[in-house]
Amino acid sequence: MTNSVADLGQADVILVIGSNTTEAHPIVGIELKRAALRGTRIVVVDPRRIKLVDHAKDWLRIQPGTNVALFNAMARVIVEEGLIDEAFVSERTEGFEALRDHVLRVDLDEAARITGIPVVKIREVARAYASAERASIVYCMGVTQFATGTAQVRTLANLAMLTGQIGRPGTGVNPLRGQSNVQGACDLGCLPDCLPGYQSVSDRDTLDRFCDFWGSERELPAEAGLTLVEMIHAAARGELKALYVMGENPVLSDPDQAHVIEALENLDFFVVQDIFLTETAKLADVVLPAATFLEKDGTYTSTDRRVQLGRKVVDAPGEAKTDLEIVTLVANAMGLGWDEDSPRDVMVEMGAVTPQYGGITYSRLEAEGGLQWPCPDASHPGTPILHVDGFPRGRAAFAVADHTPPAELPDVEFPMVLLTGRHLWNFHTNTMTGRSVGLAELNAAGYVEISPKDAESLCLCEGDRVEVASRRGACVANVRITPGLEPGVVFMPFHFADAPANRLTSGAALDPDSKMPGLKTTPVRISRIV
Amino acid sequence: MTQAPAQIITLTIDGLPLEARAGQTVLEVCRENGIQIPTLCHDPRLEPYGACRLCIVQIEGVRGFPTSCTTRVAEGMSVTTNSPEIADLRRSIVELLLSDHELRCLSCDSAGACALQDIAYEFGIEESPYTGERHRVREGQDDNDLIERDYSKCILCGRCVRICHEVQGCDVVGYTDRGFEAIPNTPYALSLEAAGCEFCGQCVSTCPVGALTDKPSRYQGRVWETTRVESICGYCGVGCTVEYHVKDGRIISTGAPIGRGVNGGNLCAKGRYGWSFTHSPDRLTAPLVRRDGKLVEVTWDEAVRVVADNLARIRDEHGPGAVGGLASAKCTNEENYLFQKLLRTAIGTHNIDHCARL
Repeated sequence: MTNSVADLGQADVILVIGSNTTEAHPIVGIELKRAALRGTRIVVVDPRRIKLVDHAKDWLRIQPGTNVALFNAMARVIVEEGLIDEAFVSERTEGFEALRDHVLRVDLDEAARITGIPVVKIREVARAYASAERASIVYCMGVTQFATGTAQVRTLANLAMLTGQIGRPGTGVNPLRGQSNVQGACDLGCLPDCLPGYQSVSDRDTLDRFCDFWGSERELPAEAGLTLVEMIHAAARGELKALYVMGENPVLSDPDQAHVIEALENLDFFVVQDIFLTETAKLADVVLPAATFLEKDGTYTSTDRRVQLGRKVVDAPGEAKTDLEIVTLVANAMGLGWDEDSPRDVMVEMGAVTPQYGGITYSRLEAEGGLQWPCPDASHPGTPILHVDGFPRGRAAFAVADHTPPAELPDVEFPMVLLTGRHLWNFHTNTMTGRSVGLAELNAAGYVEISPKDAESLCLCEGDRVEVASRRGACVANVRITPGLEPGVVFMPFHFADAPANRLTSGAALDPDSKMPGLKTTPVRISRIV
Repeated sequence: MTQAPAQIITLTIDGLPLEARAGQTVLEVCRENGIQIPTLCHDPRLEPYGACRLCIVQIEGVRGFPTSCTTRVAEGMSVTTNSPEIADLRRSIVELLLSDHELRCLSCDSAGACALQDIAYEFGIEESPYTGERHRVREGQDDNDLIERDYSKCILCGRCVRICHEVQGCDVVGYTDRGFEAIPNTPYALSLEAAGCEFCGQCVSTCPVGALTDKPSRYQGRVWETTRVESICGYCGVGCTVEYHVKDGRIISTGAPIGRGVNGGNLCAKGRYGWSFTHSPDRLTAPLVRRDGKLVEVTWDEAVRVVADNLARIRDEHGPGAVGGLASAKCTNEENYLFQKLLRTAIGTHNIDHCARL
């Protein structure tokens, strides 16, 4: 997030796009609902009538996968009606002319046809966003999990840059992170193209500096490695031979389950480190028992870049060890001679090579609570709002992109569009929530949500068992008839091993920049099991 | 919405000259300055309500006994927070509340964490002098495994109703019926689940007595038997502050300290109730290595040796690009840092990713 969670309440208008906030990020949901009570105008852009719509002034029911068309149309309204922040655009951005020429060619009627949102509504929301004193954008996987995810994020950011709705309280472009430390794992270099602190692997001097610091004589390539989905493809082709998985369950969380299993079974050597014998761990050659987040000390970086201390609450069972201990054991067995033995020591090393974390230490976190990066030195108070005086690259660049439909479209055989997502009571692949007494019972099994009209035409009642099939596979789920869905659109959570939504999704088409698969628009067929 | 910086006001409380910000209540200023005032219906997460009347004070020039939780400070105000008259009134209020409160403190999970019990103790009240009509209670019709409702202990402070409306925006419970039949309940006395409850447990967290309790922690331990450890929630990326309550090496319940962290005392269903997995019998407790197609338990030395040898073998036979690693968005910063360092220094590959995309 460019801004902080608490900062959202200061906005006059908040666009919430592709985020089922009250289910996936309930405490942010509270901030939005309270803001609405105080008079903030919430605009929800979502194909589903999510709960937040009850608290919103506007709900734009968008056709799945058409965000770029909406954002470009809004940009056209902002440019055409003179709602841009001229000073911000001229002083802080570049590429405006190209964007202006591009969006002025956008046909609003065509955009309305593509998105399913009337022109008058597009105009109204664009005006509200642009003319608010403070307007914020909140988004989540409903913007990123597309093979055009990068274009979607960048055309969305165009709106903030055109109107200067960034760098001040109650503004900004705010993605919500789905897991406790997605942010930190990215920050600390668990990315194939970045070393810690987003330092590029393609710069030879940077690589040399890291290798010197680590005392490593092993040559590192000056080109990016493989992303997660690419690693699975490479394993299936036999090019990736060994995979070390620490705390992930790709058999349920990654697209095209049959392909994932085939790829993992094709590995020469597969090691999984986890707290349970997950669907993924069952395929491994070695399984290493790890401690949960309740059994170790360490820091986590939350969605608003806040580094916070997690504390050990209870001991790990049996011989389970923390991931830090296990990784260190493996490193030393491979001859690396690591000698840090506590998270506190590792933080010192991390801070030395990660400029954003340079001023963050355990003693400061203990005394001051969370610190938001960038926090480059010991006297720096942290950064609640990014881009106040400038952007890291100097001027922010406008992005020119057109709406392109998803690679795989519905047809006669697979006529419906499947959206995947989360439920309030379940988390990711349900390994933890599914074993938490009281929570586990609330959603005991997987399900598929379907509109009343589709249910009627398919002769389905609540609780009926149906087969949901795509071009990759099929699974069986219980029907939940959901008035908030449009006919032709169905929804499944991806949490459940008994009805794995990711058996249906595809990892074939990837975003050219982020390598993100398109998980939100899978053509499927629903048939009743008799 | 946009807020202007608050104006500073000077006032006197119990003879002490104090500064406050315009808009603050007398109660807030007292608490900031360490002046104790008892309350039952107050929760800093909620709008002032003035229902329980325990926080009454005297203000020079103001008639009667205004409630400090609903009275905003004003320039030159002179407040008295305790006097024989105030103490008498407070004692009567507590006695009246106790006359309609089921005194089952022996097995009540809130014993030791009950605001009514604390106030009764402070005044030395053993039982209420008042007898007569009592609440006719219909039990909540719940078959859920998380929230227990026992309205025979309800003092009608309205905190559960207000937190469900003001903070959660859910309105699952509201006041139903009148007089001695009035209780906070769901529409048509439906079960919580049928009424659309999200099971955030915020109502339990704000209940000052034992009318609402967490089922998973029932009879598991007394509040004074637990140690409390403040940490960060391990679910979504919001990073809420959670306090885990531990007895004999096991978590028995959770809470969130008011005013702390990004959540300020609020939690969702996962954060509040999603912890017992850590004590699950399904946990992995020893390293496993596949032998003859089956995963069998081995020592750590052996498991680590198998991992190190195979990773090194494949690196040497097929090159560093044949090895990859998936880090975890569930692990700590330190663990993720070391994991990528392992891949980059022991193998020499950038084939490192995690589920940021999924």
